[in-house]
This record gives sequence, structure tokens and C-alpha cells, in this order.
Amino acid sequence: MDSSALFNVSTFAYIIAMIAYIAYLAFKQKGIGLAATGITAAGFLAQTAAIVTRWSESYSQWMKFSPESSMLLGISRSAPLRNLYESLVFFIWSMILIHLVIEYVYKNRSLGAFVTPIAGLALAFIEMAGIGKEIQPLVPALQSNWLIAHVLISFFGYGAFAISYATANMHIILASGDRKSQSYIFWAFTFSLFIWVLIVATAGTISGPPPEGMDGRSAGRGMSFWLPLAGIYPVLFFIVWRFGLSMHNLLASFALSADILDEITYKGIAIGFPLLTLGIITGAIWADSAWGTYWSWDPKETWSLITWFAYALYLHSRLMRGWRGVKTAILSLIGFISVVFTYLGVNLLLSGLHSYGGG
Amino acid sequence: MSEKKPASVTEKIWNMLSSVTLAVVLIAILAVTSIVGTVIEQSPDYDKNIKVISTFVGSGAAPAVYKALNSLGFMDMYRSWWFLCLLMLFSINLIVCSIERLPRIWKIVHDPMIPLKDNVLRNLGIRHEITVSSKADDARGVVEGVLKAGGMSPQTASSQEDGSVQVFGQKGGWARFGVYVVHGSILIIFIGAIVGAIWGFKGGLNLPEGADSDVAYQYGSGTEIPLGFTVRCNWYETEFYGSSDMPKLFKSELTVLENGREVMKKWIRVNDPLNYKGVTFYQSSYGPIPTPQNGLFVFKAKTQSGEQMVWAKMNQPFKIPGTDMEATVVNFSPALTTDRNTGQLYTYTSSMNNPAVEVRFTRGGQEVLRTGWIWKRWPDTGKLQGGAALEFEHYWGAQYTGLQVRKDPGVWLVYLGCILMSIALYVAFFISHRKVWVKISDDGRKTRILIGASAHKNRHAFEKDVQKMVSGITAGLEGGV
Repeated sequence: MDSSALFNVSTFAYIIAMIAYIAYLAFKQKGIGLAATGITAAGFLAQTAAIVTRWSESYSQWMKFSPESSMLLGISRSAPLRNLYESLVFFIWSMILIHLVIEYVYKNRSLGAFVTPIAGLALAFIEMAGIGKEIQPLVPALQSNWLIAHVLISFFGYGAFAISYATANMHIILASGDRKSQSYIFWAFTFSLFIWVLIVATAGTISGPPPEGMDGRSAGRGMSFWLPLAGIYPVLFFIVWRFGLSMHNLLASFALSADILDEITYKGIAIGFPLLTLGIITGAIWADSAWGTYWSWDPKETWSLITWFAYALYLHSRLMRGWRGVKTAILSLIGFISVVFTYLGVNLLLSGLHSYGGG
Repeated sequence: MSEKKPASVTEKIWNMLSSVTLAVVLIAILAVTSIVGTVIEQSPDYDKNIKVISTFVGSGAAPAVYKALNSLGFMDMYRSWWFLCLLMLFSINLIVCSIERLPRIWKIVHDPMIPLKDNVLRNLGIRHEITVSSKADDARGVVEGVLKAGGMSPQTASSQEDGSVQVFGQKGGWARFGVYVVHGSILIIFIGAIVGAIWGFKGGLNLPEGADSDVAYQYGSGTEIPLGFTVRCNWYETEFYGSSDMPKLFKSELTVLENGREVMKKWIRVNDPLNYKGVTFYQSSYGPIPTPQNGLFVFKAKTQSGEQMVWAKMNQPFKIPGTDMEATVVNFSPALTTDRNTGQLYTYTSSMNNPAVEVRFTRGGQEVLRTGWIWKRWPDTGKLQGGAALEFEHYWGAQYTGLQVRKDPGVWLVYLGCILMSIALYVAFFISHRKVWVKISDDGRKTRILIGASAHKNRHAFEKDVQKMVSGITAGLEGGV
């Protein structure tokens, strides 16, 4: 099988797993839960194989263009971490890996119903937005040994943050059984925002790069782009707000303590935060060796710093102020919104304003 | 505990500066203002930013909002006085916080451990109790051994009251400093950035092939910065993937000269700069020179007798080595292609993506054999009769290399800060200060062992370790019987 067939297998498996996890949440049958884990693991194996296959495919491509490269250099330059598609795949892969580990350690399958939809959304985004899947040779700026370290570290961090987003969301849902409570409204707001960003990103990718002005530079997107999208948001919010409460009842029927959710949220951030820091540092070193500036306040850098600040707030409020529960869970949601924006928003939305980015 | 006496103004300021609340507020403000800076393009471009602002406030109010934002420095906000003030306040907050808390942490880490009273011991987060038939003295030896195996150096104290013995130990106390090292590393990075801003420079230099310079030009102002030596560009070249226009490599060969003497020579490329005496040259751009004065066409002449490089000027005939022919370059195109519909040749970009030369071949200086285009990308176009070939290699002197020139004496501090931060974050998150107390008492027939333990974080992980210690103690005492 070639890599795209294997990717299709894993996509299919994750979507089935998502349904199985949600069914498990609803019916609480042990068999369904086991099946959900099994299908996720199978999807993970298929995805691993797909990544390895894609790597070897792009290795042959690299060696065709640069036959003088050593094998090691060829392997390093053909790592499938080069564009939006490959990074989304790797993000899903690392999130599922962390999820499987957590499920094994904490022996609780309800988390799957919240993690697999994130994978499902990311996969749906790839398909809907028609993100390019071709294997492209590396542009000169990406030909650095820092590429692998930087991307691996950053996306493992994102994966860890995604898990803590899932548990923080569960935590809030579990704690708020009232549609009018602030925390309930907040998670509905965040969750719908999250879906909205993916829709905007999809629309942005489908409609191509923003129009160019007279000077050949991007003129930004007009109201015709933003107005309909702005109109969608309230609808999304209402749907999540209206039907989100059934989640509360489902989760409440589980033997799931708020403490464990709080702990996994913290663990996710405790792993994600040092990785994010290392991701920023490796990015800075790389920028320094490529362009002679370790920090230039470009939108990607700045947003990664904003994310860093968001999680620093979480850590300080939790460790220094002793905040626990819903309050810190809300901070964790804010952190993840920032992660999504750093990752997708900057490339897809701000690319109209800045030379950097563009997928 | 605030005493009766009211706090003085300095005390109030000190308390404010050392508060976590200030830290949280500052971090939040820094985050929010940074967001603004990513939406409004930095380094002002009036038209573009007016458009961005119009999206938010409408085109009517946009100019006024632009003016207001501009006067507040939002068009270059990361260098504006108030953003730098925020960063400074943030640094002061970090320093004062650390001064305020470090002595307390120092005390916690360095105060000797003391045996605990029963009620305290029973209230610790992790507790175990076992009863064994071994003698208290044997138990003491085993407990000490287990603690030692767990990386602690056990101390022992006997109680006068009930004749019991407490063995206790700790490890990882130093990990409590981890978070302060993280804070310190942020300050080191800031200092590095300041050192770089004061004693370093950042500039650019466009060097045509064959040209040299002993200055670079400051970004923005364009001021000349003397380098203290001379740098020359020998060659610039873009390599492409296969026969596509996708760039594979941008490379320049640079020579550093001091007092006219060559001291260094290097091919630089993106991600692989040249560094000489603290000044670093980065490959950052390139471009064509519209009417090169000293352009030379470089050919590789291939015949049975071997290969030879030939350099030629426009419109000046040269002999093709190993043959009886001459060649003259009569035309050049930086990117020549054939129109799909008309079959006409045309130049599709001024950038040297697909260079080609039109060459007139003659024999004996008079007889014109033919005139044709030779592409660099397709060496076959240079084939001549009789197995010889004239391959077009390069149009030397027709491009410049764009160099970013930087001197940053603070960069090693920034890297030091980064390394410290990475290590300290690991320590702060994953190593905890762990303490264990074991009380051994003899009630005449049996020996009761009470174990209490605490960790300042990651308690669950430590619980498992303590569980292992308990099994170790049980095995050491009962297993031997």
C-alpha cells in the first residue's frame, strides 16, 4: 500500500473510533469501549505506517534531485513535516499517541469521546479545505537540521495541549449543569469558536490567497468574506449551547472525578508547556542560523509567545494562587484557543497581512 | 501577617511589585497587546493598515484611529516606549518576586529535618502502617537501607518519651529552586537582547558578483556600518529542483579580505552563514543587475581531449578550445521559454530562473555556421558537430547576492538563558522535593512501623515510590524469616 491508502485507512479508523467512543459514553458497554480503543490503536498503527511510507517516498524524491546527499542527510531532509498537511497529520498522530498512553495509565475510556472528535475535526478540515497533499521538495529555508527537532517538539506539545483541552472541557461540562452558568456559556463559546475557526480556515483556503492590490501585495480580505462567516458563529454557538447539556448528563453518569480531570489537564500542560518552550527556543535558534535574528516579532513567533503567556497564567494561578477546578479549566481552554490560532489562524488568516506563512 | 503598624509607601510598592497578581496582570496585558501587534502590520505601511483598521471600525473612522494608534507607537509597537516599559516592569516583578521568596525556599531546603509528632505524621498526604514480628533494631537497619536505596541519606532520632525511633530522609530539595532558575533565565535572555541592541547591529548588503565592500547598511536608516574588513562576493547561484522553477538552493561564495589579503573563503547558503570576527553574513536574498557592465559568460567546452572553462564577453568572439570554431554571444535571456501557442521564444521573468544565451558559431572568423540558443538547464542544447559541446554555465556579474549582516555580542547570553530555561523547566515540572519519615515503635510483642511521606508536587508518582519502599521494608524484615 502507498502512503495515501494507509492514511485513508487511519482516517476511516479514527472516525469509526470516534463514533464508538461516543457510543461507549452513551451506552457504557465494556465491549464497545474495548472496540473503540482497539480501532483507535489500529488507526494509529496504520497512520504510523503511512507516515513511515510517506517518509520513504519523499526520501526517494529527495535522492532523485540530490543524488550527492548522504543517506542520513536524505532521511533528515525528507522528514514528512514540511507543510500544513503533514503537520496536521503529525499533530493527530502525537495526540492519539498521548491519548492511548493516558487511557492506559488512567484506565478510563470516556476521554476518547473528547479526543477523537478533535482528530475527526482536523481530518475533516484537511478534506474540506482541500489542503495540498503532494510531496514537495524542501524549499531552501526549511533545509535545516532544526526542522525535525522544532516540528517534533512543537507538535508533541500541541498534542499534549489538545488532551488537556479535552479534559478541561469535560471538567467544565461535568461541573456546570446549568445553561445559564458562566462556565457553561464559556465552554459553549470556546467550543463553537473552535469549530468556527476551522470553518473560517477552510473558507480561507478554498477561496485561495487574498486578492492582491495594485502594488502586488496582499490587500486583505473584504467584507464579502467575513460577513457570512460572522453570521455563522451565533448559529454555531446556539447549537452547542442548546445541546451541550446532554453531554453533562452523560458525563455525570460516569464514575469520573473532577480531581482526575483536573490532574490530567495539569499533566497535559505540564508536558506541553516545557515542549512549547523548547519549540520556541529551537525555532529561535533556527531563525538565527537562517536569517540572523532569533526573534523578529513576526505573527507566528508572537502568537507562540501569547500561547506561552496563556499557559504561564494557568500555571501561576494554579500553583501560586491555588486555583483549582473550573477556573483553571477555563484558562486551559483559553490556552488551547491560542494554540489553534498560533497553528492555523496565523498561517491562514494573517497571511493576508504579513509576508510570513501561507501554509 | 500584617502588623498593626501601617505599611509605608515603599513597603506598599514593594509588596505590589512582588505580588503574583501583578505578574498575572502583566502577562495578560503583554499577551493582549501582542495580539494587536500581530493584526496591525509592524513597520508602517499606511494603505495596508488603514484597510485592516477599516475592517474593525469602518473606513470613515479609520484615518483617525490610525493616527491615534500611530502616535501610541502601535505601528512599531514591540519597540515602543510603553511596550519596553511593560517588559521592564515584568523584569522588576520577576526580580522582586525572587528576592521576596528565595530566602523562604532556601530555609525550607536547608533546614534540617526533625522527627515528627504522631498527629503530624498521621496527617501527611501519604501514610502507611505495618506491623512486623522482627525486633525494632532490625527494623531500623532495614528502613535505613531502604531509604538509602531510594536516594536519601537517612537520619535517625530516638524519642525519650516512648522509646520509639524515627528514621527520616529527603531528596530533591534543590528542585524547589527550578522555577526561580526559569525566572532568572528569562532575565538572562532579556540582558542578552539588550546587549545585542546596544553593542550589535543588524544591516544588509547587496553585493554584485565580483564586487566587494567594507561596510554594511543599517536597516531602516541606511547608515553605513564599517565592518573592519572587506567582504567580496565571488559567485552567486540559485539551484532548482530538476527542470522546475522551484528553488533548491541559494548560495554565494564569499571571500573575507584584510589589508588586501584573503583570510577566509566560504560558500554560504540559507541556514549556513559565514562568521568572521563576530560579524555574520546570512544569505537572505538575490536579484538581477539590469545592465551588467562587466558581465562574463562562463562556458564549459567539452571535446575528446577534455573539458575547459571559457569566459567570454558579449559580442566578442572566442575560440572554442579543441575545435576550429569560434563562438560569439549575441543575446542573453535570464529566463527563456517557448510560448505554447505561438512557438515564440520569450523571457518570462527578470530573475535568472532559466538563463540562456544566443551564440553565433563561426569558422575562420568569417563563415557563419549557425546561430542558436544554449540553455543552462538543458546542456544538450550546447552540442556541436563532431561530439564536442559548448555548455552554458553561468552569466557572471549579472546578479547580486543579498546578505543580512549581523553582529550580536549578546546572542550567547540568549542561548545560555534558553539552555538554562529548558533544564530548569524540566526540574520545575518533573522533580519534586520528597520527604519520608518512618517511626518504629516496639509494643512489647510486635514492632509497629508508621510511614509518612510528602512531596511538594507530583504526589501520585511519589505514592508509588513510597509503596515500593513499604514493600522493601516488609520484604527485608519478613522475607528474611
